[in-house]
Amino acid sequence: MTLHDSSLQARNTADAVARRSYGKLVAYLAARTRDVDAAEDALSDAFAAALADWPRNGCPANPEAWLLTVARRKFLDKVRDQIREVGSDEIEQMADSLAAAARESDFPDQRLGLMFACTHPAIDVGIRAPLMLQAVLGLDAARIASAFLISPATMGQRLVRAKQKIRQAGIPLRIPQREELHDRLGAVLDAIYAAFAEGWQDAFGTDVARRDLAEESIYLCRLVTELAPGEPEAMGLLALMLYAESRRRARRDQQGEYVPMAEQRLEDWSWPMIDEAEQLLLRACAAKAPGRYQLEAAIQSAHIERRRTGRANWEEIVQLYDALFEYAHSPVVAINRALAIAELHGAGAGLDALEPLAGDPRLAEYQPWWAAKAELLARAGRLAEAHHAYDVAIGLERDDSVRRFLERRRLATEI
Amino acid sequence: MQYLLTLYSDESGWNKMTPEQQKQGVGAYAAYGKALQEAGVLKGSNRLRPGSTATTLRTTNGKTQILDGPFADSKEQLGGYYLIDVPDLDAALSWAGRCPGVGHGVVEVRAIWDASTYSQ
Repeated sequence: MTLHDSSLQARNTADAVARRSYGKLVAYLAARTRDVDAAEDALSDAFAAALADWPRNGCPANPEAWLLTVARRKFLDKVRDQIREVGSDEIEQMADSLAAAARESDFPDQRLGLMFACTHPAIDVGIRAPLMLQAVLGLDAARIASAFLISPATMGQRLVRAKQKIRQAGIPLRIPQREELHDRLGAVLDAIYAAFAEGWQDAFGTDVARRDLAEESIYLCRLVTELAPGEPEAMGLLALMLYAESRRRARRDQQGEYVPMAEQRLEDWSWPMIDEAEQLLLRACAAKAPGRYQLEAAIQSAHIERRRTGRANWEEIVQLYDALFEYAHSPVVAINRALAIAELHGAGAGLDALEPLAGDPRLAEYQPWWAAKAELLARAGRLAEAHHAYDVAIGLERDDSVRRFLERRRLATEI
Repeated sequence: MQYLLTLYSDESGWNKMTPEQQKQGVGAYAAYGKALQEAGVLKGSNRLRPGSTATTLRTTNGKTQILDGPFADSKEQLGGYYLIDVPDLDAALSWAGRCPGVGHGVVEVRAIWDASTYSQ
């Protein structure tokens, strides 16, 4: 084997270990000191050491243990410098247990505890998803920033501040007690879904940072379903994201034009993903503890069922939206519900359902509100109003292909 | 870790209460203090005289000025504190949530900056 080959192999192994174990190692190192920053630093030093050592000496049999051994030394040095409040006995104990863990082939997976710390109520809602992507998956600030459309410097600062808060305010890296678990798990799932929603914006998958984000979110949610098995909402969210992801390719045609769901080609959908989502949703529903994500997944399932069988099921969909509205009292849900009502009882009924929302100031800049209004007004034959609503919707849209789609619709309203 | 719970509330509320209500309020705080003590987490606690009795010092143009009144000119004034020693923020928040102050004002939770870790 040439040096080049072995260096390539070392890099591949390090990449694979990084993907699989980064968060596990960070969570394990930071579990007691809550110093996520020091854990990340130690680990990146360890990865650098691996890339220098492994090509020369071959990949170790247990790369995770190797990394932990190297990271442990750096980590303890840093902790010794910084945390004098921790007695020297405790530092010795920590050193011993880290050394023992590095010798063992396996050490406890505390990533879920890390996720709970990242989404703690004392951490600002807006930074929870980025923080989790960094601490658990090792995504760098620049990549996260580009996906969330924030400057890298700002994102970097906010991440540093959040990690400082975990350490200095004493936020524990731990799975909450049973009575708290339900609410706190909701925050973990919300952060995962927020990351997924950012990734979902990029339909064509041309924006690497954003496409990856959808995949990473699914990975994180899978992790939650493995580490906290039997949680119906976690299974519901995983199902919801798989349903959405299964149609990613179908959302654009070969020319890159936007294709609404009703016109997507079924052979462009990923049926293995849909099957997995259906299984998850069935298992979640069996627990008889409904929630927002299970209902959203059920709506996706109903849409897919309709396309597959050609049998209209709008009544069922309206019912699901009614139930969802109880959990998520949001205008977004109300808009989609109105569109379903229009399918069931006509455009006039849909417009009536939109009416109570008209006063909400948040909607003035919300593209789906104007697009939904335009669509229903056009169907009701109120072309001048529809034309205006299309104009506003087009003005608010960022995606070129969706803009062109709306322009084609607007053309049909011209008299 | 040690945490300071600082209690802020609208001071005019106290004077608007009937003697019976005041007695009840004092009782609630006394019970809270006992519970903290019983759990072995209480390090110190005091109620403060009203903000109108406060005196504030600051340096302007190199000269120390003494001013009548509290630092923050807001309706809600610092009225008391509890210093507690608990394992982490979750435990501190759980104690803060039981404080009667949450019912009629705001409770802020802050970790104590240990003198041996000033470099951080």
